[in-house]
Amino acid sequence: MSNKTKHWEKTRGLLFVTLAIWFVFSIGIFFFGTEMEASSFRPFGYPLSYYMTCQGSLLAFVILNFWFAGRQEKIDEEFGFTEREDS
Amino acid sequence: MIKGKFIDNLPKVYGIYTGGFIGFIILMAIAEQMGMSAKAIGISFVVFTIAIYAIIGWLSRTLQMDAYYVAGRQVPTVFNGMATAADWMSGASFVAMAGGIYFKGYGYMALLVGWTGGYILVSTLLAPYLRKFGCYTVPDFVGTRYGGNAARLSAVLVLTVASFTYVTAQINATGTIASVALDIPFKVAVYVGLASILLCSMLGGMRAVTWTQVAQYIVLIIAYLLPVFWISSKMGAGFFPHLMLGDEVARIAELESQFGFVKNSAADLATVPKGLAGITKAHSSVNGTNWGFISLAICMMAGTASLPHVMMRYFTTPSVKSARRSVAWSLLFIFILYSTAPMLATLSKLSLIDPTLSTGIIGKSIAEVQAIDWYQNWNQANLMFVSDFNGNGTLELNEFFMGGKAVVLATPEIAGLPYVISGLVAAGGMAAAMSTADGLVLAIANALSHDLYYKIIDPKAEAAKRLIVARVLLVLIGFAGATIAAMGIQGILGSVIWAFDFAMSGLFFPLVLGVWWKRANGPGAVAGMLLGLAAGTWYLIWVRTGGAGFLGITQLTFGIVGASVSLVSMVVVSLATKAPDQATQDMIDELRIPSGKTILGKQH
Repeated sequence: MSNKTKHWEKTRGLLFVTLAIWFVFSIGIFFFGTEMEASSFRPFGYPLSYYMTCQGSLLAFVILNFWFAGRQEKIDEEFGFTEREDS
Repeated sequence: MIKGKFIDNLPKVYGIYTGGFIGFIILMAIAEQMGMSAKAIGISFVVFTIAIYAIIGWLSRTLQMDAYYVAGRQVPTVFNGMATAADWMSGASFVAMAGGIYFKGYGYMALLVGWTGGYILVSTLLAPYLRKFGCYTVPDFVGTRYGGNAARLSAVLVLTVASFTYVTAQINATGTIASVALDIPFKVAVYVGLASILLCSMLGGMRAVTWTQVAQYIVLIIAYLLPVFWISSKMGAGFFPHLMLGDEVARIAELESQFGFVKNSAADLATVPKGLAGITKAHSSVNGTNWGFISLAICMMAGTASLPHVMMRYFTTPSVKSARRSVAWSLLFIFILYSTAPMLATLSKLSLIDPTLSTGIIGKSIAEVQAIDWYQNWNQANLMFVSDFNGNGTLELNEFFMGGKAVVLATPEIAGLPYVISGLVAAGGMAAAMSTADGLVLAIANALSHDLYYKIIDPKAEAAKRLIVARVLLVLIGFAGATIAAMGIQGILGSVIWAFDFAMSGLFFPLVLGVWWKRANGPGAVAGMLLGLAAGTWYLIWVRTGGAGFLGITQLTFGIVGASVSLVSMVVVSLATKAPDQATQDMIDELRIPSGKTILGKQH
């Protein structure tokens, strides 16, 4: 298998992991709106459903995006596809 | 003093700028204490900030092709993040979103999830690969990847429909703010807004827009956060509202059950001015179906990844790596405002409806409310209205009506903050709407000048001529947008949501599959774009004209219909026709690795 193919396989793997996490926070949990609202876990005193939609999921996306960028850079490095600076 | 290249001095330049802006706010606050009129303060804020953007626009003028189209591809990561955040957060985010949340509560907060979650799709599926491609515009990618003018033209069509819907809403927002702050008629204000937008973008294209957008981000974020933190402290709700409004949210729920949501009769509602609404939905409780929430979020996420004015911001970074990092920074800068919007809605609602607060109006007598200064001002601006439907002389929850924009624009005044804050908010709203309008007008004009004029009509045109055509188109599109905005057909938030649905219908799958599915070919992409857009548009018209719709898909989520049709037709047609040739396959392999030359040359 060529270097490029292996690089792309790992890249795709990272994509699936990232999108799975994204799915949970953007779509998955909101199938359980009323259940979240009834939950006794109330971050900062907000109902869980309210908290996730106004802050929790958003924060998860921010962290996920930085994490993803870091991981992808590692993959590029591993296969020697990192760009030379100011090329 | 500043030495060396401008790019190396960015932190210093914008540091001085931020300091200068804060100095200006303090100066205005002092002037207010010394008796400067509210009107003069409002005008100073708007004129001062627009003058600065215009200066930046003029300083960034250029005759270079790659500076005009992609800011020379040298915008540093964090600054590109700020510029994208300003590009992204429109008049709708700034002026209308907190209002939407105020009226519709939990259900509307799907917009927050959608407008942030979309950035995961941008950074994983598209932005780094399109940066590697080295295109000037989004249709540039579509045209080269799929080959042929049909694909390029279809992309230009979808881009124009989506962006144009969006831009009229933004010019509408600049007009609304300019008309309130400068006290001129809306129809004139729309053109004042347009002139300011063109000042920023005409001479320097993408380069000018980039540096004004960074400046606009700084203004808008200060203007959004300062009043919210101030009101929160003043009400004794806590100095850091995001983490401390649990009790206030609970109190609103308590008041809601105490007052009840009494439905107004149709005859009563007919007397309420158009565009104003009352509180009819629960604030924090789940107030709609799960699918309603999720479908809206899905549309906004896919739309985010398909809107060209956002995507083209990532063409301006120096490398693929920095494009990816830049997406993360953009989202952080956006998060700062979006997580604040629901807090503003909460504070605004509580200060109006809680009878135990001095600012509360529900439960007061109608005559008393009508005598309040701010009520009279905003009633005159056609953004507030009370009526004693049941004739008991007391204001009830369902007898108070407000325009969505008033939540952001009027709350500082209602909460009793000095007028300088209202002036600041006007400047912030102007910055938000202008920065997005700039990006959009430029996206349309660039697509028409680069893809339609240069690539299809006159491929031999020289650089100078191409740049003149680009600028003429910019002005024409701006005017067309302003003319439609002046008619005031739709509200701001509604048409913005439509724009996302249009973009998603036509562009989402052709873009994503262009990178991730090698077998996707030209005929498939054309079918995907055109049939997707047609299906979405048909569904919208059908529902608008009284159609029942299906699967709970509304006029706000028609992108789901469009994108599904787009996906199916793209896959079917691609598989039924020939696979892309070897050269295209190799190009896609090259696209997928960050190192090496861009696919398209530096000048093309």
